[in-house]
Amino acid sequence: MSSQIYGLLARFESPEDLMKAAVKVRDKGFQKFDCHTPYPVHGMDDAMGLKRSILGYIVGVGAVGGATVGMLLQWYVSTVDYPIVISGKPLFSWQAYMIITFVLMVLGGALSSLLGMFHLNRMPTFSHPLFNSKIFEKATDDYFFISIECEDPLFDEKKTVDFLSSIGGKDIEVVNK
Amino acid sequence: MSSSAPKEVLIKGNQTFGSVTEKIAGVVEMKNSKAWLAGFGVSLMLAGLLLVSIAYLVWEGTGIWGLNNPVGWGWAIVNFVFWVGIGHAGTLISAVLFLFRQSWRTSINRFAEAMTIFAVMCALIFPGVHVGRVWLAYWMFPIPNQMAMWPNFRSPLLWDVFAVGIYFTVSLLFWYTGLIPDLATLRDRAKSKVKRFIYGILSLGWRASNRHWQNYELAYLMLAGLSTPLVLSVHSIVSTDFAISLLPGWHTTIFPPYFVAGAIFSGFAMVITLAIPTRKIFGLEDFITVTHLERMAKIILLTGSMVGYAYAMEFFIAWYSANPYEQFVFMNRAFGPYAWAYWIMIACNVITPQLFWFKKIRTNIKALFILSIFVNIGMWFERFVIIASSLHRDFLPSSWDYYTPTFWDVSLFVGSFGLFFTLFLLFIRFVPIISIAEVKAVLPHAHPHLKEEDK
Repeated sequence: MSSQIYGLLARFESPEDLMKAAVKVRDKGFQKFDCHTPYPVHGMDDAMGLKRSILGYIVGVGAVGGATVGMLLQWYVSTVDYPIVISGKPLFSWQAYMIITFVLMVLGGALSSLLGMFHLNRMPTFSHPLFNSKIFEKATDDYFFISIECEDPLFDEKKTVDFLSSIGGKDIEVVNK
Repeated sequence: MSSSAPKEVLIKGNQTFGSVTEKIAGVVEMKNSKAWLAGFGVSLMLAGLLLVSIAYLVWEGTGIWGLNNPVGWGWAIVNFVFWVGIGHAGTLISAVLFLFRQSWRTSINRFAEAMTIFAVMCALIFPGVHVGRVWLAYWMFPIPNQMAMWPNFRSPLLWDVFAVGIYFTVSLLFWYTGLIPDLATLRDRAKSKVKRFIYGILSLGWRASNRHWQNYELAYLMLAGLSTPLVLSVHSIVSTDFAISLLPGWHTTIFPPYFVAGAIFSGFAMVITLAIPTRKIFGLEDFITVTHLERMAKIILLTGSMVGYAYAMEFFIAWYSANPYEQFVFMNRAFGPYAWAYWIMIACNVITPQLFWFKKIRTNIKALFILSIFVNIGMWFERFVIIASSLHRDFLPSSWDYYTPTFWDVSLFVGSFGLFFTLFLLFIRFVPIISIAEVKAVLPHAHPHLKEEDK
């Protein structure tokens, strides 16, 4: 196993073949493998044995953070730094401040969902070994792929090629780094 | 990106995954058609008119408009509310229909969202220039400054700055999130190095990985969940610009839901106005089918009826309140100097949508196109009626006046259409106007169901 190799790429005919194959790769015990589909195929997460994404917690923190910043900003401005009585209302008119608090909560949540997704997916990654494969260009069109990295403890170039072909993989290709 | 496999066929023409890519990406990759060039030329000229009008306005001041003493808010604010309202359909389609698992939205959400973003851009121009001294517009934002002065957070006008600004930002984030996989498709299909590079940067190295799709879909869901209350709040907050004042005709509690219904009503009309020529010119009839248009017509019928109800309820409350000022404003609205505008509004917003009870009209493309334009006109007049007719009869009869727009009022409005269509036509040429990845996911064979022993 030379360090020049990134891993193997195998093409599957249909989303159904891909999903069946993903179940077999998962059951074989591979960890560092991935499926590539032009659209999100439902059920693939279970077929690959993926855990639930933690993005929801990131968004929760972002949304609460946004709301807190919103209320604190208005409290600080209206009671500490620039206390002016307007139409006889209390300096800390929290009811009126709820609206900006709410929209800043949405902003905090939205920013953290996009940035959190980028972080979890390690995006942007402009250069990736898989882009060395010519056929991989079709992953965003109508081809379905499984890639297995050579970093995986079970990886053995010869045996893994045979395994991928036994579960229905076509055009199996060694992807270089 | 829909839940289970849809039972009905949403996309016609027996499409495969490959043909979907070919057809939609083909719109971006084809040579410029004459129709596009002609449309772009006209739009660009109108956008130029907008620039000239803004430049003259900044130079000379808001005196070039037809504003007078009782009517201090004229076309600029009418146009602002009109454009913000248009935007609402895009977010409704992309977020609310997504949460309700309405798979048919996939054919129209991309360009409806683009419409939102461009409409909100046009909207933001108007309050920006309406402040008069444009170079002081930064006073609207809570920025520490040398005057040690802060904005007033109890004012609905400031809520509006935040609401519309954040609405624009979140719509843009949502739109871009949806675009990432499609930009990767364009990157992988690009023939030239420059295109490959630009789409490569924009698609952030997307490699269609299922580990990515998992987080991506959750992010999309979160954005939809956050945008849903946001879209309902934005026009409610815009309505508080009026409702929190003490002016009869503005000071009503029905305004927030009434404005939101009106916004969705006008926005869907604009989506239909844009969708019909676009699907025809680019041959996308299999993707945006008559069924799609018919469903939008049904939403127009629903929201149009809500708007009609709100008009009636305003009159009822004016009578029931026994407040003579309130009663005067509404009688004057329907029978006073602006009666012509009021009845245009009623004809376009109350009568027009009721025609959509008939399936023959809902499925007739020409009728849909014409009626959608009527709705657009009616909704512009609604804002004009609310603003001008409530203001022009002041509490003191000696200050009563009649507001007439000048050339520059009209040129700013027409120019904003130029900006809108310039951006929209550029969007058609550089970005897939229908979501490629989402359409693939609603094809009948998209989601396999494994047997128990295969799981």
